[in-house]
Amino acid sequence: MTEMAPAQEGTLEARFPGVVTHDERKGYEGYIVQLDKLTEVAQVLRDDLGYDFLSSVTAVDYLAQKEDEESYFEVVYHLYKSTGGSALVLAVQTPRDNPAVPSLTPLYPGAEFQEREAFDLYGIDFTDHPDMRRILMWEGFEGFPMRKDWKEPYFEEDVKPFANRWPGGQVYRIEDHNPVGKNNQYPQGFDPESWSPAIEDALYDSLRRSNAEYDEIEDLDTEQVIVNLGPQHPSTHGVFRMAVLMDGETIVALKPVMGYLHRNHEKIGERNTFLHNMPFTDRLDYITSLSNNFGYALAVEKLMGAKGVPTERAEYIRVIMAELTRISSHLWAIGFLLNDLGAFFTPSLYAIEERELLLDIFEATTGSRMMNNYFRFGGVARDFPEGVLERIGELVTERLPRKVDELDRYLTNNEIVRTRCEGIGVLSPDEAIEYSMAGPMLRASGVPYDVRRADPYSIYEQFDFDVAVRYHGDVYDRYLIRLDEIRQSIRIVQQAVERIPDGDFLTGKNPYQVRVPAGEAFGRVEGPKGEIGFYVVSNGKANPWRYHVRAPSFINLTALEKMCIGSKVADVVVVLGSVDIILGEVDR
Amino acid sequence: MTETPNLNTEGYDISPEARANVAITTIDKIFNAGRRYSVWPMMFGLACCAIEMISAAAGRYDLARFGMEVLRPSPRQSDLMIVSGTVTKKMLPQIVRLYNQMPDPKYVMAMGACASGGGPFKEGYNVVSGVDKYIPVDVYVPGCPPTPQALLHGLMKIQEKIDTEKHFTNFRDRTKPIEPIPVPILGPDIIDPRDYETIKDGVKSGPLTTVIPAVE
Amino acid sequence: MNFGFGILRGLMVTMGHFIGTFVEDFKWIGKRYYTPEGVAHRSSKNASGIFTVQYPEEKLPVPEEFRFIPFLLYEEGPDGEQQDRCTSCGICAKVCPPQCIWIVRTEDPDTGRPVPEPVEFYIDIDICMNCGYCAEYCPFDAIKMDHQYELASYDRHSAHIYNKEKLSMSVDYYAQIRPTNYRREEDIRIAKEEEKAAKAAARAAAKE
Ligand code: SF4
Repeated sequence: MTEMAPAQEGTLEARFPGVVTHDERKGYEGYIVQLDKLTEVAQVLRDDLGYDFLSSVTAVDYLAQKEDEESYFEVVYHLYKSTGGSALVLAVQTPRDNPAVPSLTPLYPGAEFQEREAFDLYGIDFTDHPDMRRILMWEGFEGFPMRKDWKEPYFEEDVKPFANRWPGGQVYRIEDHNPVGKNNQYPQGFDPESWSPAIEDALYDSLRRSNAEYDEIEDLDTEQVIVNLGPQHPSTHGVFRMAVLMDGETIVALKPVMGYLHRNHEKIGERNTFLHNMPFTDRLDYITSLSNNFGYALAVEKLMGAKGVPTERAEYIRVIMAELTRISSHLWAIGFLLNDLGAFFTPSLYAIEERELLLDIFEATTGSRMMNNYFRFGGVARDFPEGVLERIGELVTERLPRKVDELDRYLTNNEIVRTRCEGIGVLSPDEAIEYSMAGPMLRASGVPYDVRRADPYSIYEQFDFDVAVRYHGDVYDRYLIRLDEIRQSIRIVQQAVERIPDGDFLTGKNPYQVRVPAGEAFGRVEGPKGEIGFYVVSNGKANPWRYHVRAPSFINLTALEKMCIGSKVADVVVVLGSVDIILGEVDR
Repeated sequence: MTETPNLNTEGYDISPEARANVAITTIDKIFNAGRRYSVWPMMFGLACCAIEMISAAAGRYDLARFGMEVLRPSPRQSDLMIVSGTVTKKMLPQIVRLYNQMPDPKYVMAMGACASGGGPFKEGYNVVSGVDKYIPVDVYVPGCPPTPQALLHGLMKIQEKIDTEKHFTNFRDRTKPIEPIPVPILGPDIIDPRDYETIKDGVKSGPLTTVIPAVE
Repeated sequence: MNFGFGILRGLMVTMGHFIGTFVEDFKWIGKRYYTPEGVAHRSSKNASGIFTVQYPEEKLPVPEEFRFIPFLLYEEGPDGEQQDRCTSCGICAKVCPPQCIWIVRTEDPDTGRPVPEPVEFYIDIDICMNCGYCAEYCPFDAIKMDHQYELASYDRHSAHIYNKEKLSMSVDYYAQIRPTNYRREEDIRIAKEEEKAAKAAARAAAKE
């Protein structure tokens, strides 16, 4: 963001005089685009200036805090070049009543779900969006929950800490104060008996509509059936659901349905203080807690400026932990991909065994197997306890390489794996970029884009490692690329363990109230599932004004339909397995 | 292996050499011994806690030692529902439906803070503050997430509970049909059919919302 | 690849694990299970063959940093009475992300100033997310994370809001479960006290 070439700045503002203006608010570095010219600007950016990767789309509710302020919604876009470099931030503003913004989905199909999410949570209408439905909440839900003036049933106060916890804290269970006792509320005059749910209709309509688009498959005169996979289905990796329209056994349309684990991460995140959010990020993608910590810490540190610069040793600890997380996550993913292929549990057992050894290290260092809560602004929570660094060293030099080879030997040339995976769920490089795919999904399609190299953060520049790429873009390559990445991560950890310097593990004193200057920041890291980004807006107070997560699992699902059309129903499970979603992150 | 339960009924003398092979016992106890070693959990994961549940089923903690390795994907074949994770309103109708489909006798374990009482996400608008608001829970396992060993401890609690039951003796009671739990409906917010009256009365004058006690 | 070699090779890997178990058993005759060394070996880098920990007969050792539910520390006074370390400053309640801590502070009826001791202290463990912030940020080292994880119960409504009585543990217990941390904190405390004493002595010397 900071190293934006000045010449280009000139180009954009000069090219659209009066349409694109530099964002003058303090701490903001993007551009504000006129609402009706958005598509035009985006077109130029994509086709002429090379910003072909739309990483994140989100909305912010700037509700007036004082009388003389204006209230408006802002939709924020983060664009990147798929060849690397820093972000271009665009924002459009729209009034709070009847908010509407032109949709970018026709240009960047990867925006589809993110725009739907903004519609669901903020009520912003994206004109020309092909499929404008709620995505996380159900159809018929009352209100747009992320708006600042919307209050949930258990609403206590706008920000934490709540005043009634201390010093006069008489304990209570909040459900005892809800008239129904169940964390719900109803609008005035609501009559439960006359309520007729029409929750699924919109979904099925959209399924049929999307079928019309794809209707190229040769027809015998067959009847099409809708099959629902999930939300309780052993192969959907949690509470995920796919509505599939099938012609015989062939898939003609598929719509992912999510929100079954929507835990209101962002709404709670805006009420939390900056520090409170750290343990909540653990619960996003709960297999890769440490990477999530990393991303969030980066975002806030960016805002904090000089105060938030981590020490040298802390950087090394961070890298070691993040890479170990990647190894454990990929092991898990490989194991469960095989599960989806029908090799029930045996490969996963071997993968989980190695993961357990890594978890032991996390437990000894951070205190918990999964919910690590380890990073602090300016460093980490504590140093490695005695002997742990040696254990890590032994593991990455002696055991893991051997075990990865074993997995490789066990699986890679297995003919069932090959026949079931090769040529399934293919995504071409262009499509992968269009759909804003990230991580192994993108690199398996032949796009060598890795945030660690494309937009380096922390100390990754000092390490010697390769960006793994594969070129077929099918399930098999996505499996192979995970193996490759485990090997690269092992390399990084080996180097880091050798070179780690002595010193402090934290800059400053670790205060319980963090001062964060006003402004916006987008911190992103290459998580195991892909680029995980945190968009944080601060207004100088103790709590973030906006806290948004660019969730790779969620965005990677945008292309699920594309990958599945034309294949058989059994392949859907495999394709989904190769995307490697974690529902905590998809639904947040 | 867990300890073999003591099947013997008090007050009978068995000669020491036969003790390993002979037990004088009641049918209830035999019944329970059979049931406690074949509790089949449903393969049903909701959130982070489900990962720990899978870890518990995998090599290191190995549920098979308790006769519980048969994770059934279908509710109709399972005895135990481990509610492993955050229960959201959107998911709740499915959970209740799954519970209704399980054959009796069935057990429910609330694994983790979320399933027991809403956990860290309790205040969220889409989160149910404890699955026991809708379905009866037998064992609560605190923790966020409970470690696999804590989960195993909870499962042993279920086994202990089974030991105390008298299903054979109370056979008569068990022939009565069991009322299914009414499935909640997704409205403007989740609606439990059992609450119709409260809702109708409550929304007459204004919206029905929580009242937080003031600070003294 | 057409002859099922891949599958055979896979089966060989499984076979290797199977045989490994017996080799290990043989090497460790009688000591592989139910002994601390056995458990440690099975979770070390050299583990091969059976990986299972036979809970509940043997338990994985809990690392020192492990955290579960918080507890309050008290020091034993000269007459065996409990002296809470907690001063009810409220930092833990403020820093708790899910806000599951409730503290009641009182005022001295005579002076009207707050008493540095909590009258009541509650933690709702059905909300607690085991993040460890309270222990990390407590300036008096008065609240720490426990190692006890076997807490399953049949009823939450009566048992899952922990009060002060249930939360309180002696400092000795803390020293036992977290020896390194305890030592470090004690060292800091002693250093501080010495510094204070030295300063006081210096001041006294200057006055004379
Ligand atoms: S209790 Fe904690 S670990 Fe379990 S589902 Fe809830 S947030 Fe996740």
